[in-house]
Amino acid sequence: MKVWRALWRREWQLARAQATDWLLPLAFYLLVASLFAFGGKPNDPALVGFAPSILWVGALLAALMSLDRLFHPEFEDGTLEQWCLADTPLPLIVTAKLLAHWLIQGVPLAVMAVPMAAALGVPDNGWLPLLLGLLLGTLCLVMVGGLASSLAVGLPRAGALMPLLVLPLLAPVVIFGSGSVRAALSGGDPVAPLYFVGFLAVLAMTALPWACASALRSAFD
Amino acid sequence: MWTWFHRLASPPSFYRFASRLSPWLTAGSLLLLGYGWFAGLVLAPPDYQQGEAFRIIYVHVPAAALSLSVYSGMAVAGAVALIWRMKLAECVLVAAAPVGASLTALALITGMLWGKPMWGTYWVWDARLTSELVLLFLYLGVMLIAQAIEEPRRAARAAAWLAIVGAINVPIVKYSVDWWNSLHQGSTILKLGAPSISTEMALPLYACLLGTLLLVAQSVLRRAQNELLRRERGSQWVKALSEDQR
Repeated sequence: MKVWRALWRREWQLARAQATDWLLPLAFYLLVASLFAFGGKPNDPALVGFAPSILWVGALLAALMSLDRLFHPEFEDGTLEQWCLADTPLPLIVTAKLLAHWLIQGVPLAVMAVPMAAALGVPDNGWLPLLLGLLLGTLCLVMVGGLASSLAVGLPRAGALMPLLVLPLLAPVVIFGSGSVRAALSGGDPVAPLYFVGFLAVLAMTALPWACASALRSAFD
Repeated sequence: MWTWFHRLASPPSFYRFASRLSPWLTAGSLLLLGYGWFAGLVLAPPDYQQGEAFRIIYVHVPAAALSLSVYSGMAVAGAVALIWRMKLAECVLVAAAPVGASLTALALITGMLWGKPMWGTYWVWDARLTSELVLLFLYLGVMLIAQAIEEPRRAARAAAWLAIVGAINVPIVKYSVDWWNSLHQGSTILKLGAPSISTEMALPLYACLLGTLLLVAQSVLRRAQNELLRRERGSQWVKALSEDQR
């Protein structure tokens, strides 16, 4: 727990020192969603039908932006080697790092999706499923992206690899996550698809940090 | 049994074993595919609903079935490579990915060509088609990460992790037709008891399945041999081998 606190403090201070790192994805998200609105007819009512998938895909792409460099600074300055040698098991350190990243990047994106949903004309009964779904969905993304970025750590073109490694694995999350919003909008039950996204998030959180740790270790072989 | 297995795991004896096996696999697959395609495309009667167009089944079904089997095999090879650090499993994993990707692409393309005249559309976004498409992306991801990392052992281990995590998709593709209502028809050939396909149509299909399986096994073995040679190019047995060839 002490290690977790120290790690979270470190992440928090880094995030405060380099505010562009987490502001950039938010700006990107805003831009992508508004470009969709610009691309269609002005004030097209059909936009509401596409809003769940626009908001979901936009959030995932925005969160993907920062993931390729997730372990890169630690790899460069030797922190990662220290983590591998530390008493605390590496999977726990990785979990702490990934959760911190989710709190700093994923949660603001999910929160920002709500006003954007309002701007795209989504009625207010779709807001809560969107927020909860995106909270769980970005958690999945951070875990899967953590694995991908630890597989690619130290590679020169890691950023270009990231989408093809991460996005196919997230297809079910997008399907059920935006499905939950659509269910809410059409008067159906938004909870069942959310349970499925939650299941995937729990699965990702329990299994993937171990895979991450093993991949990070093999970067030093 | 175990000594045989251990001997097979050493690169030179695997290489010799694969070289001896591969002409048999080629001959077997040529015979089976030759019979299957001739009997399926020429001899079998036209389908009562679909007419002549059903004959694309002799390419589509083997490609689709094997695209899944190759992925499972690749994930198992990945687990072996990660757990026992077996070099051979790494080679098989890297060798299988492009073969599987081609099968998946073939299954998707033949499915689209079949879908337009029969069901009136090239593509629908339903469970089976979508998850087969995701399977293609997974294969591409495995190929990409294996190429991107220079050091072959680290590359293979990274590809292995990706293959294992992606394996969750395989049961989804396989059972999607039973779980969700889909435009894709249910399986007709592998029902226990009474298959809902006539023998004249089914026999060539089984031959095609088996023939494609042998063809795939042959190309994976050959590609694994190449990968092995590339990795072990400095070693004694490869030098001895190239002396022999000369």
